Amino acid sequence: MADHAKTHAPLDEHVAHHFTDAEQQRESSKLGMWVFLLTEVLFFGGLFCAYAIYRSWYPEMFHAAHKALDVKLGFINTLVLISSSVTMALAIRSMQLGNKRQTMYHLFATLIFAATFLVIKYFEYSHKFHLGQLPGKYYTYTGIEGSNPHVFFSIYFVMTGLHGLHVIGGMIAIIIMLVKTSRDRFNALYYNPIEVTGLYWHLVDLIWIFLFPLLYLVS
Amino acid sequence: MTNQTSHAHHHITPLKIYLGIGGTLLVFTVITVLVAGFDFGPANILIALLIAGFKATLVAFFFMHLWYDNKLFFVIFASSLAFLAIFIGLTMYDTERRAELDPIKEHPIEAQAAMYKNRPAVTGGAAASHGEATAAPVDTNAAPGH
Repeated sequence: MADHAKTHAPLDEHVAHHFTDAEQQRESSKLGMWVFLLTEVLFFGGLFCAYAIYRSWYPEMFHAAHKALDVKLGFINTLVLISSSVTMALAIRSMQLGNKRQTMYHLFATLIFAATFLVIKYFEYSHKFHLGQLPGKYYTYTGIEGSNPHVFFSIYFVMTGLHGLHVIGGMIAIIIMLVKTSRDRFNALYYNPIEVTGLYWHLVDLIWIFLFPLLYLVS
Repeated sequence: MTNQTSHAHHHITPLKIYLGIGGTLLVFTVITVLVAGFDFGPANILIALLIAGFKATLVAFFFMHLWYDNKLFFVIFASSLAFLAIFIGLTMYDTERRAELDPIKEHPIEAQAAMYKNRPAVTGGAAASHGEATAAPVDTNAAPGH
């Protein structure tokens, strides 16, 4: 296939045979990613719904239990994730301008922010493990008043844990983009994979934007 | 589109916009934390969700390019939110009003949970008198044959 592609004009080098042109290919890949993001919204939506139900059943318990979360760490993590979204957007912009080196810097910065997020999350988790603030039947902590406080931590761990898995997935995608960029697989006219990776990464940021106030702040 | 560059028909967002949006998002993160320090009663969650919604809109429109891209992508994203609203809306309507037909008793959730060994099972007085709190673990854990 690689030999085949070389016979085309350089502009069409990355256009797969079933697309009319580069623009249609670009639109199609983004369309595919948006449909996937739709399923992601509904996927997390079920958990947001669970949150809403238990919150309405046990408002006092939610108020007491949310105080066990460290607002400072959640706040720092929000700043970290927003910064990672900015660097991700700038990585795409750099490639649109054909600047390979800057693209790699920005992708690398995004990775560093993502790793920082996970390290902070690790400290939060290990602190809760230590206290016995664990999900469901493993919950042994006694310091929170109200009915069924273990339910709050079930919701907390499932929501942030699933979000954390998405962060890891995003990091893997970004690493692949970093390697591909270094191998000159992209240029100012072809960067669809970085662009859809960016869409995914921004959605991960977007979900955290809601998780942070709902879990850490609202009383 | 008047602000196109020489790079075919791809829209390249100006650096200023990315940095401006990023800065705005950081500022509103600080605002949402500061606002959480005050008690507005039931409006607390509304204010927090409004700020989060505003931040999410900025991310979707500018970082995710919905503002510039094919409007079909916006419709797809908006439809996911519309169905989410129906899902949560109808569920909450049921949850909030179910008690009018069938009174709900507070009961321990996952009664075999380790936490109930350290503290009395939390129950409303009515539920306790019906023996729910103690009956549940017996049903699940002490089945004959184990």
